[in-house]
Amino acid sequence: MPVPFAAGPAAEAVSVTGWGRTAPSSAQVLRPSSYEEAVAAVRECGGRGAIARGLGRAYGDAAQNAGGAVLDMTGLDRIHEIDAVNGLVVCDAGVSLHRLMQVLLPLGWFVPVSPGTRYVTVGGAIGADIHGKNHHLSGSFCRHVRAVELLTGDGETRLVTPEDEPDLFWATAGGMGLTGVVLAATVELMPVETSMMTVDTERAADLDDLMARLTADDHRYRYSVAWIDLLARGAKTGRAVLTRGDHAPLDALPDRLRADPLAFRPGRLPAAPRFLPDGLLGRRSVGLFNEFWYRKAPREQRGRLQRLSSFFHPLDGLPEWNRIYGRGGFVQYQFVVGHGEEEALRRIVRRIGSRRCPSFLAVLKRFGDADPGWLSFPVPGWTLALDIPATLPGLAAFLDELDDEVAAAGGRVYLAKDARLRPDVLARMYPRLDDFRALRSRYDPRGAITSDLARRLGV
Amino acid sequence: MKDAFGAPQSLLILGGTSEIGLATARRLVTRRTRTVFLAGRPSEGLEAAAESLRSIGAEVHTVAFDALDTGSHEVVLGKVFAEGDIDMVLLAFGVLGDQARDEQEPPAAVQVAQVNYTGAVSASLVCAAALQTQGHGSLVVLSSVAGERARRANFIYGSSKAGLDAFCQGLADAMHGSGVHVMTVRPGFVRTRMTAGLPAAPLATTPGEVAAAIELGLRRRSTTIWVPGALRVVMAGIRHLPRPLFRRLPV
Ligand SMILES: Cc1cc2nc3c(=O)[nH]c(=O)nc-3n(C[C@H](O)[C@H](O)[C@H](O)COP(=O)(O)OP(=O)(O)OC[C@H]3O[C@@H](n4cnc5c(N)ncnc54)[C@H](O)[C@@H]3O)c2cc1C
Ligand SMILES: NC(=O)c1ccc[n+]([C@@H]2O[C@H](COP(=O)([O-])OP(=O)(O)OC[C@H]3O[C@@H](n4cnc5c(N)ncnc54)[C@H](OP(=O)(O)O)[C@@H]3O)[C@@H](O)[C@H]2O)c1
Repeated sequence: MPVPFAAGPAAEAVSVTGWGRTAPSSAQVLRPSSYEEAVAAVRECGGRGAIARGLGRAYGDAAQNAGGAVLDMTGLDRIHEIDAVNGLVVCDAGVSLHRLMQVLLPLGWFVPVSPGTRYVTVGGAIGADIHGKNHHLSGSFCRHVRAVELLTGDGETRLVTPEDEPDLFWATAGGMGLTGVVLAATVELMPVETSMMTVDTERAADLDDLMARLTADDHRYRYSVAWIDLLARGAKTGRAVLTRGDHAPLDALPDRLRADPLAFRPGRLPAAPRFLPDGLLGRRSVGLFNEFWYRKAPREQRGRLQRLSSFFHPLDGLPEWNRIYGRGGFVQYQFVVGHGEEEALRRIVRRIGSRRCPSFLAVLKRFGDADPGWLSFPVPGWTLALDIPATLPGLAAFLDELDDEVAAAGGRVYLAKDARLRPDVLARMYPRLDDFRALRSRYDPRGAITSDLARRLGV
Repeated sequence: MKDAFGAPQSLLILGGTSEIGLATARRLVTRRTRTVFLAGRPSEGLEAAAESLRSIGAEVHTVAFDALDTGSHEVVLGKVFAEGDIDMVLLAFGVLGDQARDEQEPPAAVQVAQVNYTGAVSASLVCAAALQTQGHGSLVVLSSVAGERARRANFIYGSSKAGLDAFCQGLADAMHGSGVHVMTVRPGFVRTRMTAGLPAAPLATTPGEVAAAIELGLRRRSTTIWVPGALRVVMAGIRHLPRPLFRRLPV
């Protein structure tokens, strides 16, 4: 069997970062194109171990492994089986959700959970146990995973289901790749009649108004999310634009779209230029943008038809938009606090506002029931996500303070977005951390599977 | 591992009693640094330095290290890296020498050159290789504005820093893309025991300010920083001053 990648010191190390482009480290990037190659890569990895990487959409260092091996899983990209009657797909871990949409939509099926970008792999979706705008109804991604083919650190490949091996399954769900390399998965799909969405939009005047609206009728929508303007202060603190909707039924489509109701036509603009001046995103420009966004949104609009891609993945139209933050990169801070902790949320939103973080539209969402993933992020409550340029003075200490607020409120930050959490805070946020560590040493006595995130946080 | 802001969790200081080095360590310990290795010539001062960092919560180890004993660097520093990842190495050792005496005693001048240049070259190469193996880390080297243009008053020291500075610029390029970040720091006059008794030069600064500049440089992943920042412009001017004029400058 030809081996298209060189193992051992001969393969050149390259610099790797996450989507936020902070804290680069170098690793040998191997791109296995068969399960056997992936197994060999894990069995033969050196002392600094190996970690799986999908499309690198995690913001921080989760899919990096300084001095070791990074397994680029996008070479494993086969869709093995589609059960178009029962809505099941069996595919390799390197298949992207974009690809699944292309293939499944014409058959009348959609992915069960879709994050803010289609360019994530099934492996990454499992590794971070991702959530989407339908979390309040459908939970996170792994709720819809029937089985995974997992290559553990001991070099063995196992078929893991939530019924037969609940521990290994729920540690892998949201385990940030640290229980092993997912080679393939069986995922349950959701039936749709069309590739269009019907969307209701409304403005919320402030944070309390927003929370009241979300609490009152989120359950009436399959998808719900709010873009919140964190630069607005005073009475406008937390003003937001709510968009909620569902897949449009066939009879909601105008005649011209009915001929091909399941067509998937995402738009795509040219990539952001490679060299952009730093400081493009100052408070002023971001403040103006947010103001514009809020004003241009209709005060209230019902039943608008929207393309699926514009509803779910508005940012995917602009490839490599992460470069607009310049050389210093950026961090995304995403946390969740439980129901009953609204006061903590208010306090944090006020603090971010008075600190004048130049943050583009941040996202607020109400989570539904949690799934059993040991390190899965979502718990019932309120989650807020915001992007901030990493070079902003004082940001490190400010986020540490927010961590303390979040932890004190029993909340947590999302590891798929993290690049800066303190190790001691992690244990307070994720109570099953010790179980996770114990399980890892059971399936990976050699410590072959590791990442920069694992080293930084002492996972 | 360093975080998104370049803050290291583990730190190795070569020249463990250096005032600038310790000010930097104190600052980084308030951020993410938990483990510190202080490498230096064994002394009470070195142990006291370790104790002072322990008192603010760091886990500190001292390591016997002599810049002049280049033959031992690989073994001594290798042991430190064998303990675990080092996210940042701060090369802080150096001697100012005594220009007037050193001009009269060439062996003394050679010693200045050996500590500041050959010793630093040796230690930098050993550390850079270890950082490269671990695939990440910053090597921060204390150069000096004195190396920017040799002055009558301290050209022995200045030339050793000039050599070190040039070496670091090259090393930074050699490490580009390897995950290892090399940062050259060019402080002006810093009030420490090294400069005690000397008349302060214009734009004189403190170890704390150098530490703050280093933290900022880590966050920005800078290759060269000046402390204070204004020196970048000042030195650009001084570099191009006609020689007769430069000779008469009071600095
Ligand atoms: C614009 C944007 C919007 C986003 N919106 C959301 C959102 O709405 N909700 C949400 O939950 N997340 C969101 N994310 C985060 C993203 O969904 C997750 O980080 C996801 O894990 C990225 O998948 P990836 O394939 O790029 O994986 P990578 O970023 O490459 O890796 C992420 C993690 O998954 C692990 N992993 C990858 N492949 C495998 C595998 N085969 N086996 C085992 N582990 C593996 C890696 O080790 C790593 O720990 C968003 C990211 C971006 C850039
Ligand atoms: N102060 C300034 O104005 C200034 C300006 C620009 C650049 N710098 C540079 O910044 C660095 C730190 O200076 P500082 O002001 O902090 O001075 P410092 O407090 O005097 O520190 C100098 C350090 O060098 C160590 N050292 C000297 N010879 C050594 C050897 N042979 N082996 C190992 N260590 C040795 C000393 O250790 P011992 O305790 O064993 O002597 C001490 O830790 C130096 O490189 C200096 O050149 C200083």
